Amino acid sequence: MKSEAFSRQRAHPDLLNSLWKYQNQHGYIRDEDLTSCARQFDMSKIELEGVISFYHFFHRRPAGQYTIYLNNSIVSEFKGFQRVREAFERETGARFGEVDPGGMFGLFETSCIGLSDQEPAALINFHPFTNLNTLKVRQIIAKIKQGVPIEEVCDEVGDNIRYVPPGKRAVFFREYFPGNAIMKLNGMSPEQVIEEVNRSKLSGRGGAFFPTGLKWGLCRQQTAEPKYIVCNADEGEPGTFKDRVLMNTMPGLVLEGMAIAGYAVGAREGILYLRAEYTWMKDKLEKAIDRFYGMGLLGKNAAGIDGFDFDIRVQLGAGSYVVGEETALLNSMEGKRGEARVKQFYPIERGFLGLPTVVNNVETLCAAARIIELGAGHFLQAGTATSPGTKLISVSGDCHQPGIFEIEYGMTVEELLKLCQADAPYYMQVSGPSGECISMADKKRAFSKDGLSCGGAFMVFSKHRDILQILLNFTTFFKEESCGVCTPCRAGNFILQRKLEKIKLGLAQKSDFEDIRQWARIMQTASRCGLGKTASNTLVKALDTFPEYFEVKQGDGLNMKFDLTKATEAYEKFKS
Amino acid sequence: MKNLKAEQKKKQPGKGQVTIKIDGKEIKAKEGQNLVQVARENDIFIPSLCYYEHIDPPLGTCRVCVCEIDGKPGPACMQKVKENMEVRVNTPEMEDTRKAIVEMMFAEGNHFCPACEKSGNCSLQHMGYEMGVSISRFPHLFKDRLIDFHPKRMIIEHNRCVKCHRCVEEVLTKEGKQVFSLCNRGNETMVGIDYEQEAKLTMQEALAAMQLCPTGAILVRGQSMAKPFGDRQFDQESVKKEEEDKRAVVEAAVKVAKGKKVIATISLAGCFGCHMSMLDIDLGFIDLLEVVEFNKSPINDIKKFTQQCDIGLIEGGCCNSENVETLREFRRKCDILVAVGECSIWGGLPAMRNMIPLEECLEEAYLNSITTVAGEHIVPYHEDLPKILDKVYPCNEIVKIDYFIPGCPPNPEHIWKAVKNLLWGDHYSILYSEFKYD
Ligand SMILES: Cc1cc2nc3c(=O)[nH]c(=O)nc-3n(C[C@H](O)[C@H](O)[C@H](O)COP(=O)(O)O)c2cc1C
Ligand code: SF4
Ligand code: SF4
Ligand code: SF4
Ligand code: FES
Repeated sequence: MKSEAFSRQRAHPDLLNSLWKYQNQHGYIRDEDLTSCARQFDMSKIELEGVISFYHFFHRRPAGQYTIYLNNSIVSEFKGFQRVREAFERETGARFGEVDPGGMFGLFETSCIGLSDQEPAALINFHPFTNLNTLKVRQIIAKIKQGVPIEEVCDEVGDNIRYVPPGKRAVFFREYFPGNAIMKLNGMSPEQVIEEVNRSKLSGRGGAFFPTGLKWGLCRQQTAEPKYIVCNADEGEPGTFKDRVLMNTMPGLVLEGMAIAGYAVGAREGILYLRAEYTWMKDKLEKAIDRFYGMGLLGKNAAGIDGFDFDIRVQLGAGSYVVGEETALLNSMEGKRGEARVKQFYPIERGFLGLPTVVNNVETLCAAARIIELGAGHFLQAGTATSPGTKLISVSGDCHQPGIFEIEYGMTVEELLKLCQADAPYYMQVSGPSGECISMADKKRAFSKDGLSCGGAFMVFSKHRDILQILLNFTTFFKEESCGVCTPCRAGNFILQRKLEKIKLGLAQKSDFEDIRQWARIMQTASRCGLGKTASNTLVKALDTFPEYFEVKQGDGLNMKFDLTKATEAYEKFKS
Repeated sequence: MKNLKAEQKKKQPGKGQVTIKIDGKEIKAKEGQNLVQVARENDIFIPSLCYYEHIDPPLGTCRVCVCEIDGKPGPACMQKVKENMEVRVNTPEMEDTRKAIVEMMFAEGNHFCPACEKSGNCSLQHMGYEMGVSISRFPHLFKDRLIDFHPKRMIIEHNRCVKCHRCVEEVLTKEGKQVFSLCNRGNETMVGIDYEQEAKLTMQEALAAMQLCPTGAILVRGQSMAKPFGDRQFDQESVKKEEEDKRAVVEAAVKVAKGKKVIATISLAGCFGCHMSMLDIDLGFIDLLEVVEFNKSPINDIKKFTQQCDIGLIEGGCCNSENVETLREFRRKCDILVAVGECSIWGGLPAMRNMIPLEECLEEAYLNSITTVAGEHIVPYHEDLPKILDKVYPCNEIVKIDYFIPGCPPNPEHIWKAVKNLLWGDHYSILYSEFKYD
């Protein structure tokens, strides 16, 4: 089968790794690296520049011996981002977006790095630093300047698992014995595996809720060979960190899920696409893979099953949110720009290298592994009849217990807010910026697949937070993370951001809010992929959910920002 | 993804004749043919920009071809026709969405057609005409972009690129290497050119690249103006033009029937220069009075509004509290508010004091200047006097201004042409000589 299924561009599955090699060697990709890389992959320099410039962790100019990425997500913003940002500039002598004169430090902002439960957080040479404040920044930079190795300075990332369902109904966070799930494949046919997953009614946990068993079954029917299993560990939706905790606590479980999927669809290779923000977990995952090979759970005749060969490798991303979208993910794995593909084929028909590919989220694969290990019956015990099982929710924002909650479907918003000890919740963002916002009027709503569906993020904000600041942060995020392929998303997010800035300046009229609604509809209708289709959802929902907030923001011909009393204050001094 | 199974079954049968419906019209076509193509062959116009017959799969980047396909909106160029497909092209919603996307492209790029080599030959411009785009509903983003003059033969005018990907996919060297690639992402996305590879193209290939580009983004030095205006591809009159003329006739009739329009004017912190300019149409003013009537205005010295007005013309910004109150009253009493002249647009000459604190200004003017006798003067302050603002504000910082007419003062023709356009939709075209900023 041809690999040019989507574009004339050839696939270079090794390209990202090569670029990482150069990037790590010199801290940036030099002109000579570009030249030799272009020669090696037989591509023109501009094609390579196109790939490099798509990913924000690749640099074409020196990025410092220590490259610092400070997270600018909304949770970080509320927890002291600005102060920490200033502290970094003060201590390193570099400005954001630049490198200090000595070339030691490079400062950059980056979108959510999956540490929303311990913000403000930053990555320094991809090692995690959490709960930052001015003092801590000073100490960190001082230590680095003294030459203390970065591995010793960085923080241990806490898992913060706050809640598991009572009565042994937990699916994910329970005792884990590596190999238990894979070994169950002995004595099960691939069809039986799919049937078991079907029985559990498991649906995708990456946000689209497509039934997992059905996806596997359809891929199994494909005749083209070989087939691939891709684990989507790109977890880019701001506020989401459930996959991080799953991989950090039980790196083996997701591998078992991949192997099981491979067995079910008839694939021989699994690729775990790990976002570069999680580079600090790469070693751990690769060690787990090695251990599995050692235990005979992977490789030739995996799990002792004759004729079942299954290999897994980790592919590191390079910084892009949209790459989490499955077709963009496939492009990225092929060493291309992470642009969403046109919707002509599903990945199960033509995916990686144009071959049948199952793309599943980390949580989906972990759940599948547990379903095979414990039986669909166990999974069905928890949750509700239509939405069985448990769901991992990453809670962050204004609450005393941010972290991971393994909730049973059917739990209400109110119950979750109580568990995470949110004192004065006012604005909740469900499923991250591309999801929806809710108010306390929705507190009785229950989490479920078809009710309040949640991709995994739950951000809580109390009343004193400025809603406009939240929305502006989200829109800026989309503006920067749009892949730039289609007009409505590329230009639309930019335009919406301008509109929000106008509201922030106090220059908004009623008609501006009408514009937002109409323009959002155009973006939803015409964008190519999920990013552009959902980017304006929150904005429109917020207008409906918090009318009282926006009421005071809109003038009826008058500009709200102009304050006559203030403008005449200086003159009043002359009153004698 | 829900009907995946059903779709898979449908894909099986071989290629034959199918019947589809476009806007209710039954059409026979070969199964699997591209929808845009089928429509074109049947004289149904589906706008498209990135679609290019030879590129398969289609690029699907510009999105100006959205139609309702079997009840769901989506790009027509991505569709292969199949039995019983039902397409709705010209619903008001789809028409508006497509128009909006074209407007978005104009707002995103920096398109100055009169100065563009491709004008008359440009697909984007053509789409603009066909969809009746006269202004963009979106604010112009005015993104700073550099024009790339580096390549030996070509010039890449980034301000005009719509990121359609055509050049990326189609322009290759003999060795099959890409000459163009998209770079960056998000709103920074731009098309980059490889200087080395560009040099390897033959002249013919370079010209083909220029032609391939739907806009004037790819130019070949010395070649781009080969065809004069009037002979270019899209210089023919549009089918829609005639209808518009008819509409203008109807509108003119309505104008007469509805009676006179009402205008109000005011000079705030200005010098009355703009009002002088308004009077400067000389005898034209008498014609004007046939169709308009003035309400509150220094021209007739009516001090108070006696009715709601159609349009208000504001000269000058706001330097004191009375200006602010007057301006707010104008906003309430006028349906359309126009800022006339630099002072009302950004403060103008009076705003020179904005660099100096108010206190210093007043002290200099009333207490310390050489014409004042020390100790004998005070800064005037009385409750009946307007209060001086801390700085001079442009009008749009106080109220919503609908339109701006630049100039110091603007040319009288410019002012009245704009007003006629706003009140009656008259043809709006300003000559260079009438359009001066200084
Ligand atoms: C803009 C965008 C970003 C996405 N990001 C992720 C992601 O980070 N992780 C993920 O698992 N799925 C993500 N998805 C969903 C994937 O496209 C895909 O549906 C999912 O990986 C399928 O796996 P599942 O069926 O197991 O959920 C994203 C989708 C879109 C449109
Ligand atoms: S919607 Fe946005 S992210 Fe998706 S393809 Fe279009 S530009 Fe790219
Ligand atoms: S590219 Fe087309 S739309 Fe843009 S300025 Fe040139 S003629 Fe006008
Ligand atoms: S340069 Fe022309 S052909 Fe290339 S992407 Fe831009 S508009 Fe399309
Ligand atoms: S013509 Fe269909 S998306 Fe461009």
